[in-house]
Amino acid sequence: MKQQQHSGSVTSEGPDILPGYDPQGFYCEITSLAKDGSVADTALLERLRTLDGAELSARAEDASRELYNLGITFTVYSNSSMIDRILPFDVLPRVIHAKEWEHVEAGVEQRVETLNQFIRDIYHDKKCLKDGIIPADLVLGNKNFRKQMEGIDVPGGVYVHVCGTDLVRDGEGTFRVLEDNARTPSGVSYVVENRHMMQRAFPDLVDDIGIRSVEDYGPRLLQAMLDVAPPGVMDPQVALLSPGTYNSAYFEHIFLAREMGVPLVEGRDLVVDDDKVYMRTTEGLEQVHSIYRRIDDDFLDPRAFREDSLLGVPGIFEAYRKGNITLANAIGTGVADDKAVYAYMPRLIEYYLGEEALLPNVETHICREPDGLKYTLDNLENLVVKPVGESGGYGILIGPRATKEEIEEIRAKLIDDPANFISQPMIELSVCPTLIDGMVEPRHVDLRPFCVTGKSSWVLPGGLTRVALKKGSLVVNSSQGGGSKDTWVLTD
Amino acid sequence: MTQQSLLARYAEDIFWMARYMERADNLARLLEVNEVFARDRRGAHNWDAIIDLNADREAFTKRYGTAKPTSTAYFYMLDRENPSSIISAVRAARENARALRPLISTEMWTHLNIFYNELLEIPADATRVPNMARFCERIRNACHAHSGITEGTFYRDQGWYFYQLGMMIERADQTTRIVDVKYHTLLPSAAEVGSLLDLSQWNALLRSAAGYHAYRRVHPSGIEPSAVAEFLILNRRFPRSVRFCIGEVSAILSQLIFKFQLSRGGSVAAVVDRVHRRIEETDIEKIISDGMHEFLDTVQIDLSEITSAMNLAYFGHDTIDEESVA
Repeated sequence: MKQQQHSGSVTSEGPDILPGYDPQGFYCEITSLAKDGSVADTALLERLRTLDGAELSARAEDASRELYNLGITFTVYSNSSMIDRILPFDVLPRVIHAKEWEHVEAGVEQRVETLNQFIRDIYHDKKCLKDGIIPADLVLGNKNFRKQMEGIDVPGGVYVHVCGTDLVRDGEGTFRVLEDNARTPSGVSYVVENRHMMQRAFPDLVDDIGIRSVEDYGPRLLQAMLDVAPPGVMDPQVALLSPGTYNSAYFEHIFLAREMGVPLVEGRDLVVDDDKVYMRTTEGLEQVHSIYRRIDDDFLDPRAFREDSLLGVPGIFEAYRKGNITLANAIGTGVADDKAVYAYMPRLIEYYLGEEALLPNVETHICREPDGLKYTLDNLENLVVKPVGESGGYGILIGPRATKEEIEEIRAKLIDDPANFISQPMIELSVCPTLIDGMVEPRHVDLRPFCVTGKSSWVLPGGLTRVALKKGSLVVNSSQGGGSKDTWVLTD
Repeated sequence: MTQQSLLARYAEDIFWMARYMERADNLARLLEVNEVFARDRRGAHNWDAIIDLNADREAFTKRYGTAKPTSTAYFYMLDRENPSSIISAVRAARENARALRPLISTEMWTHLNIFYNELLEIPADATRVPNMARFCERIRNACHAHSGITEGTFYRDQGWYFYQLGMMIERADQTTRIVDVKYHTLLPSAAEVGSLLDLSQWNALLRSAAGYHAYRRVHPSGIEPSAVAEFLILNRRFPRSVRFCIGEVSAILSQLIFKFQLSRGGSVAAVVDRVHRRIEETDIEKIISDGMHEFLDTVQIDLSEITSAMNLAYFGHDTIDEESVA
């Protein structure tokens, strides 16, 4: 890979801090701690300095085997057979200071508050469209816009009960929002399991450092689900709805059901009668009031959405419309996941809250707008081009690394369907020391904090740090060679 | 929130997880005993009986031709295509456990997951005759570890009782099958009465049901066909006898109905009571004179009727009953 250098580097001290480690000019999550010099940093860096790579690798291998045996896995399909894979786990933690975290936390909550007001607005008065804050066709023509939701009130006005906001750090060390995941963000189980793994396999690394706990996620999510249950229900029954054991995120569904202490149900366990939702138990039918669902809108109810869905519950939408069941996240939140809608988020924050965005976006050119398209076509070699509706890192063109053919291919697609794309400058994602074949090397990371909203919002301290394990790679998705790290938010 | 309620699907999965593990255990013992103890006068094995016992003649012949120790052993141990092989039973148990992960203990799941993944790695030659006993022992140990882990870690709510029901029904079923197949083939013809062959085969039958030593304690004087049959069917203290298992089924079901107030079990109880009475009101002389096979066949039908009744009462196989909406 060609070395990326940039001006104003704050990480020139690499070799002194970790012997043999060179962040190569990128903002480094660990070596940049040294400038603070607090006690925790000193202890941590001292420990990292004296690590024995070979021994760590051996222990990391044990840890991987344990993850596999415990079934902390995701499922991939190959030649029609199911294979359980673990999410590769890197033993070197990513560390965030208390002060920095406070800022991230406030920024995420601000974003979630805006998302909830925005989604409520587009399904009610559509003020933001009338006021021209965001193009109407972008919202109303979005494939995730659910017309059926118009005029429906949801308890507490909460649409995005669980939000995963993907953040990256640029070359200056500024946290920026890369995208919002307001449908069914996954990965929180790895946050908690990574911590368990760290405590079991590397107690010597964790000792005597004040790290904020991640244990509280399940109880917080349960409380949020109880908060938003239909009003007037004395003792609401909560359940988690999963597409079933064949879903690649099934482990996470198990994890969350267990942590919340609620039944994990599948569509076939639920029936709707008289617009109320029941689960089949050994005693007969028992009413359910609040469902954390991990099934997409499309598959939720064959009567309201995709008719061919076998995973869903016929009639559940009508029960929802009548207010007899609460679904989290609400139906129709996918509009916010759109990468073109994302571009308008700073303006929406200002519009609804009268505040400036605490976490800036990555500069985004909207190709549906003539200026954005022109700029993009003129600078393809320097830009990252993304289809607006995809997730999982698919369909992305990284201009500086693309071949001539790839660039011409995307040029044709852009001209053919500009509204389907946005472009962004190439962000020099921060790096974190990562154990690769017994050596500590820099690898790019991002961060997905999880925000849970019921009566109020709460952000899990830390979140999922994903790491691109391939040298030089910027793609952190597990489907494309990404792994994860334990994320430590230090106590004051 | 009612903490006591149990999803119908979970109840069914846990019932079957227990059955499959019990089945794997029984099959491993049967194969091992057949290999080690069941030799005829010329020292040869009779593998046909095992194939008949599982009613697999047609499937087996289609795949392997005539029964030979190695192919029979492979067919019943590692053949993933054979639904009645050990590996298929363990896979089914593991699939059930996978769906049950929110309910069962992490230890139960982890053990089953490791066990199954190990089975996938075992080379075919583990089923060759010299290695077979060791392989079977490994399977049995894993099944016993499963029971032990379950006993020691599984929360005692409804799920535990459905687990016990599955285990006991499967155990009773396996014992009736072993006795049914072996009893007739082992009954001495006039020429062979009292011969050594006869004895070793009856010993093997007892060992297949893990009952040899217990039988010796009850009947120190020796092996006698009707006493062996009585022991395996009617003994009150041997944990694999049909009477013992049915007694347990009846007791566990009462717990579900009264302790957990699962009143829908009334229809199951009716079937259980019938088979319970059938066992309690007979003796070995009557069974033999009325026909051993007929008796065992009736018990097997009863057992499958219990399962059908459970499907309707507890496992949600009925259509939605409007009146049951609380």
